[in-house]
Amino acid sequence: MVRRVYSSSMAAAPSDGPPFENFAHDADIGVRGRGATLAEAFANAGRALTAVVADPASVREELSVEIACGSPDPEVLLFDWLNALVFEMATRRVLFGRYEVKVEGTTLVARAFGEPVEVSRHQPAVEVKGATWTGLRVAREGGTWIAECVVDV
Amino acid sequence: MDLSLLKRRSEFEWAIEPRGKMRVPGVLFASEPLVRAMDHKVFEQVVNVATLPGIRVASLAMPDAHWGYGFAVGGVAAFDPDEGVVSAGGVGFDISCGVRCLRTRLTREDLEPRKKDLAEALFRAIPAGVGSRGRIRLSGEEMDRMLRGGARWAVEKGWGERGDLERVEEDGQMKEARPEAVSERARARMRDEVGTLGSGNHYLEVQEVAEVHDEPAAEAFGLRAGDVVVSIHCGSRGFGHQIGTEALREMLEAGRRHGIDLPDRELACAPVRSKEGEHYLGAMRSAINVALANRQVLTHLSREAFGSVLPQSDLTLLYDVSHNTCKVETHEVDGRPCEVYVHRKGATRAWGPGHPGLPGRLRPVGQPVLIGGTMGTSSWVLAGTETGMRASFGSACHGAGRAMSRHQALKQWNGKQVVEDLERRGILVRSPSLRGVAEEAPGAYKDVTAVVEATEKAGLARRVAKLLPVVTIKG
Repeated sequence: MVRRVYSSSMAAAPSDGPPFENFAHDADIGVRGRGATLAEAFANAGRALTAVVADPASVREELSVEIACGSPDPEVLLFDWLNALVFEMATRRVLFGRYEVKVEGTTLVARAFGEPVEVSRHQPAVEVKGATWTGLRVAREGGTWIAECVVDV
Repeated sequence: MDLSLLKRRSEFEWAIEPRGKMRVPGVLFASEPLVRAMDHKVFEQVVNVATLPGIRVASLAMPDAHWGYGFAVGGVAAFDPDEGVVSAGGVGFDISCGVRCLRTRLTREDLEPRKKDLAEALFRAIPAGVGSRGRIRLSGEEMDRMLRGGARWAVEKGWGERGDLERVEEDGQMKEARPEAVSERARARMRDEVGTLGSGNHYLEVQEVAEVHDEPAAEAFGLRAGDVVVSIHCGSRGFGHQIGTEALREMLEAGRRHGIDLPDRELACAPVRSKEGEHYLGAMRSAINVALANRQVLTHLSREAFGSVLPQSDLTLLYDVSHNTCKVETHEVDGRPCEVYVHRKGATRAWGPGHPGLPGRLRPVGQPVLIGGTMGTSSWVLAGTETGMRASFGSACHGAGRAMSRHQALKQWNGKQVVEDLERRGILVRSPSLRGVAEEAPGAYKDVTAVVEATEKAGLARRVAKLLPVVTIKG
């Protein structure tokens, strides 16, 4: 797993970074996904969300959950997507390691693959309470889509 | 923070003069080193809050203020009922997160030979960490009763004693909760989380009263040096998080509809007197009740664990404070008593001596103000003051605040090493997650004592007792 920590200055992230990463933000933490498409960047933002809790590479694929959300504003769509994942992780007590995401117009349809939390193996550090408007950004730079925001932990 | 942006009113009070769209000044209560260490974002957030409609007197920041979303964590703001707004960002995600402190009738001497057994018993009894479930499963109607009843509901169900309630803010039950304003998703997140500690910075700690700074107040609080107490730090769990998340989304639309000009969308808010404002207040008050019920059930579980190891123990409440709330209170504004909606985000209510809302034994000395530290450093019991009632709408600090990010902490410390180091110092840590322990290492936090000293010197609350950890259960 690639981990790169940026300062809390919230400067725009370079477009040529790793597929997903977390960045420092005072008491909370940021999630960032990159991809050739908007959908891929959103899927990688999902992996960054998992990385706040545990190493996504440690998560097996034993179940999958379908998620759908919609907004005409891509940034609000990211906010809704991450919060939908937070809800599913919390109520099903699962972690997701991989996401298949499709974005068509204003609608996102996705399938998240993962398994129930196993404390001894995953060593989950902290629950994510929710995505916030802080540092919320969806942008295309060069040929790369970036989807990022700060989540409350 | 750049001190040249501020006007120093006194050694521990700094003003931001109104400019631009600010309706009132900003005021920071802190020592010079604490102000210097604050991020410039705290300045921006205090200024932004000062622009919101109906804000009264000033936009305030406590000594432990740090960058939050919309409002700074450590931010306090009071709004007029008719012209003002209510903001989910001014309350925070973990609605009614707070600290409950219990006396035990044990001394450190009583505890020491059974310390390890007690740590194991508490770790078995208290569901902690990511994915943990509580003992209680709530149906629709029973959930509604909890959302209306708070700690009072828990006591009626047998999770506590009636005498506990007068030592909880709002006598254990936040009035005017509206379960009908709570979504199915928020209910789903709480179905089996009542009586769970959570994760992150939440903890249950057995502590020793290490120092007494104010003998009369300590006596009124029932604290003596060498006494053992229990502190529980947690909130409304996934329920509050879901309500906060939904409100951020809804208020963004509501603010636009009501023509509120926001300098930052993080400040999303709705007029107090609006459908959206009333909806949020009803749901938020339900979440306060969830937090009060949750700490009440954890109290019961602690009593069972203590009883199994130290049967001579008797756990009674010192007090229960919430530090993420919006409450309707009466404060003096422009020389006359006024009803205001006081937002405290990462700030503790700290009512002064004589306040009619305090139970009889506490009224002469002021409200106990419970300040959490880390698993390796001190926590504090303070008391509210008369000056704080005038200066900060009866509010004080809430904790240390992080000095470094979770990632930095994870790079710097190994969880197993942290547990071993603390054990050598006589502090037993029990946690399901060593990664969680590393992220919460004591060194990752600022010095809570500096925050507490500044709070006292600013006149917001006065020091009563210092607590040191003996056993820590971390989520």
